[in-house]
Amino acid sequence: MTGALDGTRVVELGWAAAGPLVGTYLAQHGADVIHVESSTALDPFRSTYPPFKDNVVGPDRAGMFAFYNAGKRGITLDLKRPRAVELALRLVKTADVVIESFPAGTLGRRGLGHDALRRARADLVILSSCNQGQTGPHAQHPGYGSQLTALAGFNELLGEPDRTPVILYGPYIDYIAVGYGVIAILAALERRRRTGEGCVIDLSQYEAGLQFLTPALLEHPANGTVPTREANHDRVAVPHGVYPTAGDDRWVALSVWSDDEWVRFRVALGDPEWSRDPGLATAAGRRARETELDARIAGWARTRPREEIVDALRAYRLRAAPVESVAELFDDPQLAHRGVWRRAAHAALGEIGLMAPPFALSETAARADRAGPTLGEHNEAVFKGLLGLGADEYASLAADGVFA
Amino acid sequence: MTALLDGLRVIEISGADVWGASAAAHAARILADLGADVIKVEPPAGDPVRAVPPYLDDRPGADRGLLWFALNANKRGVRLDLPRERDRLRALILSADVVVQSHEVIDAATAASWSPSLVVVNVTPYGLTGPLAGVPASDLEVTASSGALALAGEPGRAPVRTTLAQSPFWSGMYAAMGALFALAARAATKRGQQVDVSGQASMVTVHPPACVHWDVAKEEHRRLGAFLIGRSIVGARFRNIWECADGHVSFAIQGGPIGRHTGRQLASWMRGRAFSAPRFLAIDWDTFDNRTLTQEQVDALEGEVGAFLRTITKREFFAGVIERNMLGYPVADASDVYADPQLRSREFWQDTPIDGATLPFPGGFALFDGERPRIRRGAPRLGEHDAEVLGAVTA
Repeated sequence: MTGALDGTRVVELGWAAAGPLVGTYLAQHGADVIHVESSTALDPFRSTYPPFKDNVVGPDRAGMFAFYNAGKRGITLDLKRPRAVELALRLVKTADVVIESFPAGTLGRRGLGHDALRRARADLVILSSCNQGQTGPHAQHPGYGSQLTALAGFNELLGEPDRTPVILYGPYIDYIAVGYGVIAILAALERRRRTGEGCVIDLSQYEAGLQFLTPALLEHPANGTVPTREANHDRVAVPHGVYPTAGDDRWVALSVWSDDEWVRFRVALGDPEWSRDPGLATAAGRRARETELDARIAGWARTRPREEIVDALRAYRLRAAPVESVAELFDDPQLAHRGVWRRAAHAALGEIGLMAPPFALSETAARADRAGPTLGEHNEAVFKGLLGLGADEYASLAADGVFA
Repeated sequence: MTALLDGLRVIEISGADVWGASAAAHAARILADLGADVIKVEPPAGDPVRAVPPYLDDRPGADRGLLWFALNANKRGVRLDLPRERDRLRALILSADVVVQSHEVIDAATAASWSPSLVVVNVTPYGLTGPLAGVPASDLEVTASSGALALAGEPGRAPVRTTLAQSPFWSGMYAAMGALFALAARAATKRGQQVDVSGQASMVTVHPPACVHWDVAKEEHRRLGAFLIGRSIVGARFRNIWECADGHVSFAIQGGPIGRHTGRQLASWMRGRAFSAPRFLAIDWDTFDNRTLTQEQVDALEGEVGAFLRTITKREFFAGVIERNMLGYPVADASDVYADPQLRSREFWQDTPIDGATLPFPGGFALFDGERPRIRRGAPRLGEHDAEVLGAVTA
């Protein structure tokens, strides 16, 4: 066995991040994932979101699509046409899993609702992932992940007190929903292996995201409080912060979690006079003077190279790390050792960097060596090869715009 | 309905520090929510997360911490004094399908020698291999190492992390995912394997577009406060968090079909209130393309939009975007989330016991065949299931 999902077929209908990345994660572990799209309503990651090869917009020149659909086969069907819907259902008959991420009800209007899909294959696992779930007063509401992130309450918790909250980069909550979507599918497949039952999964990206905020949400009913952003302060560790180091926009993150660690921290700093103040020996004492303490540490760090500080603190088993920029991640020795970055050939982009999963499986390694498909790249392989359409029938359907 | 993971047993071993204990706990909680029988093994003094504030009624207590409660509902709990009671741990593990831990209390080779079909999950800040294996880190350092910290905050000021630690949730989620992939493989091979999760690598997955921009265009995204980048082919940034009359809202001037619909609707909203916004109201939405606007053009439009948004409340904004089917949401806080009619309609909240009280707790993360997995029990008191669980395995 090479991949944990070898022999599993997935049909995916959806665009942007929240649906398609689910398929990518399954493909990394061996599933045959067939992404269904249409040139009549292009994925925004093909049409709208940079970067494009040489900054020229084009569906096959889009870096985002190539990344978010890595490892899949790609076909085009214009699902406004009944023959296209028929073909989609024939494909679903061969599949174990269907992933869809359109606003609730969209596929039902095309004849591809849950009932139709399960008529095609009774033991199907279906993931419907949308902004707010398939039911309820806001089920139909369209949304982008960056804004849903705000609705869930993440941004309220990010930034400095008394200043405007800042964004969590990108559609943060979408990736949470992606993770839970993969988990839901895998758990449903686990049950299917035991009982033979399929499953319809209604995943609200909003509800998935709220899982990551559970303790902060609970503060409201537990204590009547409404938690808000506290910059880099922590309720246990003190000091706990991000400090400027030598160089332009270079920062170090560090934290001290106990009074014993404080003693080691002082030693690592060279036991400066100010740090010997007995008032700072306890967490309560340090917390009472956190502003002063932060200024002291910043003053110490500002003239020193970032790596030197990190090494000095880690030598005493203290917690410290460089604040790595995105470019630095590509040269990070630990990420390199873990095989996070992979490269794949791509027809228009030449080559694209892909990301392996953040976990290593000792027996069934993941793969991340195939970029997302070009538009309709696998039409012939799927419609002729897998579904057995004859050359004439294929040509006539193509002429009718079914594969648009 | 049979719970998805009915019949699966998971042993979770407490981590030595808050990060490791939190990440392992979240992984096991996900499996517990899906129906697995999760037994949490704590040291006699208790899991480190029990000592993390805040507490119910702000009154400290081993069973009153909200982080503890959040991460350990749906589990049973036992105390073991390791390594002294290693035989009892072994007996427990022999009854299980999956072990979840942070650092290696039980190494994978030993576990496999005990039970070849066992899946062993480790979730640590940097992973079990590589130059940083074994280096301690908390949420702040893990986030710093991943690029996620550099992408949050205002230019010229220190990068900021989310006030509630996020990396244990991400890492725990991937640990649960890895366990389920390993179980899928086990169904074919009858053999378990090790799942080695890196917190750092987990946090790299939260910002793929930044990686794609660097990789494809050698453009490096950096923190821009309340602004989005990556929407423009001329490098303009777009505001995504705005002041409103009583707080903040999330909104952006966007292109594409839904973005243009949103723009038209905002214009109609402004007209309905006779709000003066000459540039914004002059936009021809049929041809509008946000990708090619210069920063100066964006700033001018955003000046008008900002002035309008300052006249409406979070609640009005939420009602407006729903009614007009346009993109945008309020920047909600915990009280707003509890009041949300959508969540109430979907019976998201489930009353769950905590130390003699009951709190409305977020229910299972999805509906399966129309049913939301229940929060069947609160977090275990220290040693609550010692007799029930350890009695059964040693008998």
